[in-house]
Amino acid sequence: MRFLVFSEDPEVGAQLTGKARALADQTDGEITVMTTGDPALCFKYGADRVVRVDGLGEFAVEAYKAAAAQAVEAVTPDLVLIGATRRGKELAPRLAAALRVGSMTECTSVDVVDGRVVVERLTYGGSTIARETCTSSPTVISVPPRTYEKPEASDRAGEVMKLKVTAPEPRVKVLERHPKPKASADLESASIIVSAGRGFKAKEDLRLLEELAEALGAQMGCTRPISADLGWMDQWVGISGKKVRPSLYVACGISGTIQHVAGIRDSQIIVSVNSDESAGIHSISDYSIVGDVYKVLPALVKALRDRA
Amino acid sequence: MIAGRKTMRQIVLLKDIPDLTEIKVDSETRAPRVEGVKRRISDLDKRALEAAIRLKETVGGEILALSMGDDKTRTAMLEALAMGADAAYVVDEPGFRGLDTNATSIVLEAAIRKIGEYDLIVSGEMTLDSLSSQVGPRVAELLDLPQLTYVKEVSVGGGKVKVVRDLEDADEVAEAPLPALITVVREINEPRIPSLMNIMKAKRKPQSVWTAQDLSLDPAGVQAMSHVKVLGVTAPKMERKQIKVEADTVEEAAAKLVLHLVGEGVIR
Repeated sequence: MRFLVFSEDPEVGAQLTGKARALADQTDGEITVMTTGDPALCFKYGADRVVRVDGLGEFAVEAYKAAAAQAVEAVTPDLVLIGATRRGKELAPRLAAALRVGSMTECTSVDVVDGRVVVERLTYGGSTIARETCTSSPTVISVPPRTYEKPEASDRAGEVMKLKVTAPEPRVKVLERHPKPKASADLESASIIVSAGRGFKAKEDLRLLEELAEALGAQMGCTRPISADLGWMDQWVGISGKKVRPSLYVACGISGTIQHVAGIRDSQIIVSVNSDESAGIHSISDYSIVGDVYKVLPALVKALRDRA
Repeated sequence: MIAGRKTMRQIVLLKDIPDLTEIKVDSETRAPRVEGVKRRISDLDKRALEAAIRLKETVGGEILALSMGDDKTRTAMLEALAMGADAAYVVDEPGFRGLDTNATSIVLEAAIRKIGEYDLIVSGEMTLDSLSSQVGPRVAELLDLPQLTYVKEVSVGGGKVKVVRDLEDADEVAEAPLPALITVVREINEPRIPSLMNIMKAKRKPQSVWTAQDLSLDPAGVQAMSHVKVLGVTAPKMERKQIKVEADTVEEAAAKLVLHLVGEGVIR
């Protein structure tokens, strides 16, 4: 099979190239990576060929779609893998529509079975996993960041194709860009997260969470009501907010709605602290303490500090 | 507004989906039971409609709600009309059941072309059943429109739509000439709850039902463009250890938990 990989984020591009490499080796296939950056980096992570696109500048969906469509025409891939960042998730369907082909969004696993791509992805608000395949060639899929690990660097080399894109003047004009605070932008890649739910009665009480975060070297998150309704914190964790995959997720005073649980599903270890013994969060946790966050969190902070 | 018309016409793309809180899982097969579950307008689509209504409240014009579905979809459309849509269109064609996003977008494109002129198309960033985030950008491509996705603030004026987009690393202020398509995120607004009076009035607003023939589409041809096949859907149990950390005092429980976490290698 032939694969075409693109992400405007080089890290995500490397992760997808690594996955495509494994699929290409399995199917005796080849990988082309489309990039606006350094082709050497693409070869390093497994590309057989690089389409280097010039003159595109900042990400603009129509221009990048035009470029990707030209790349598809040049290399006739069976599968196009696009990083499912928000930019990637607006590019993938627009490209697929231009090609009149099928597309599957945010695939959390990608395999080739009997020469056909089979993916898994979340549906029904994140409570179910669908297995899907697609009959069109190419098929366009998007894959979330950090679904696959960045591969070991290799000393592979190959052909660089230069693509001069004939994209019209962009109709969308970006007027201003206000970068988000780093802390909240990092939640999705944090390795330890402590998170607050409605068990916290007042905004000032979040200092208990802050102390725990400090003791663990963790980032802080919360549930949707704490952020969207009460405005106590910036970013919430859940299917409509941040989907996280830390090695340790500590849910403090969180009941565990479907929407929240869908956002923490990929955590390695989940710990819950909730005074309600019947709270759903306990049944999807590895370790739980049935107790009041106001008592348990200070005790936990002390236990962590005593160790050090 | 575009040439020839003084008022703005908006088309809102709506999908009615099973109420997610009502879906039960078969304990044997782990398959979700969707049949018979009450359907509602997908939350983000409702916010798209609310955004359109607020734009209409500032610049005037009309709002057309468009959906693909079946006879039950007309109930959802009544809610849209009660909220403030001026007319509703439902594509109800037995030959169009279970289409993927490619085929669905081609049907919606045909319906929008039949409606004719418009200035702004608004939809939710995704629907919560399929979580695919595809239909908005696909329709924009098929109609050759500029697209602004993940919108959390929107205004129109001077023949342009101006938005704030919610991206991972930044809030982006951007604009595009009309006609254009936008998709909205949850933060954009809280949808209104229609008054009893407006619910009554909704029944008298125009509703149209279109079949494949009305859109000059051949159901078999459309089905042939539906490429994605669902092999199975399950609600997997989260395999977790479910260890209850208990002790006589909170302090002891906390100390035990820390030992567990060290043992797991997730803290040092």
